[in-house]
Amino acid sequence: MRGLAILCAIVVGGILLWGSTDFPAWGRLDSPASVNLSDQYIEHAFEETHVPNLVSAILADYRNYDTMFETTVVFTACTAIFLILRLPLGPLARHRNTTHVQAARQRLPRDPILEMACRVLFPPTHLFGLYVLTHGHYSPGGGFQAGVILGASFILLAIGFDLRAILARFPEGLFVPMTALGVLLYIGTGVLCLVLGGNFLDYEALRVLAPGISKEMIRSHGILIVESGVTLTVGSVIFAIYANLVSRGNQMEGL
Amino acid sequence: MSFFESHFIYGFFVALLMIGLYGAIAKVNLVKKLIGLSIFQTAIILFYVSIGKKDGADIPILPYDHGHSGHMLAPMAEQYINPVPHVLMLTAIVVGVATVGVALAVIQRIYAEYGTVEEDLILEKIANS
Repeated sequence: MRGLAILCAIVVGGILLWGSTDFPAWGRLDSPASVNLSDQYIEHAFEETHVPNLVSAILADYRNYDTMFETTVVFTACTAIFLILRLPLGPLARHRNTTHVQAARQRLPRDPILEMACRVLFPPTHLFGLYVLTHGHYSPGGGFQAGVILGASFILLAIGFDLRAILARFPEGLFVPMTALGVLLYIGTGVLCLVLGGNFLDYEALRVLAPGISKEMIRSHGILIVESGVTLTVGSVIFAIYANLVSRGNQMEGL
Repeated sequence: MSFFESHFIYGFFVALLMIGLYGAIAKVNLVKKLIGLSIFQTAIILFYVSIGKKDGADIPILPYDHGHSGHMLAPMAEQYINPVPHVLMLTAIVVGVATVGVALAVIQRIYAEYGTVEEDLILEKIANS
């Protein structure tokens, strides 16, 4: 098995290395990936959307169908984990109940230094997540990154205290609907554009709701709305994945 | 610039991809297989991000002075690296995290069912049952 694996890896690697000799030199200005479309984005994205961070502008405006379905994939992954681990099924339910009775007996004592450190770190982490979301138009950032930071701030609390302590404040009844709410906010924006007479996710149609805003700025605000949806989904999905994985789905006892 | 200088970077991605492929095939432990797949994915993500590089270009975020938006020069394509691979990989990384979560959930389910995550022991148990 090991010999076969080494052979497979060497054959695939050899073919790829041979293929890479035809690639353009690394960093060339006229490499096929960096002509046509990318030049159009770089030269016109700012004047069309007023978003200096071109990655945000492309992510949530020009390629917003792509991002919408990526968000849906994240939501679907969360649903899949919920169906695999959370729903009580025969052998898994028996297994996790017995192991968690054992785990509860061997619980570590609480550590005040660790708890205080997590308590102090949580608000700045949370605030930084919101900053990354709202300042994602002007600096590196955006919905996905902000969602991961927000999810990580909850995971930090869950590690520092225990899972039940954080679930008492941020219960499953809140974060599971939030995963769906983010997708709903994203697709709802698209449908609202459709209802107001534009194309799906064409933010310029939203000008009917805010007449004083130029058509570039309304695209900028539209990007913020859908990025907020992405943040809601990603943040709550990251925490939902963590909460279900560490407790084998019963959400009683964490790491 | 010699051919080696301009192309050696692709060798790194191929090497990383080979490590991941070897891990995914050779390792018997399902968690190690999953780590192999994640390394494979990382190789592809790095390759995509590297495609966006342009010599002498800056990150694709235009300098913007809050409140003085009228004084900005029109951006030139050769000043900024290609943002499109970054957009594609930004979403792929987060989706990768979510799919690794699903894989770990499936592994937990397998562990609950068979009491092990070693592939050969699982196959033995299936054959015996």
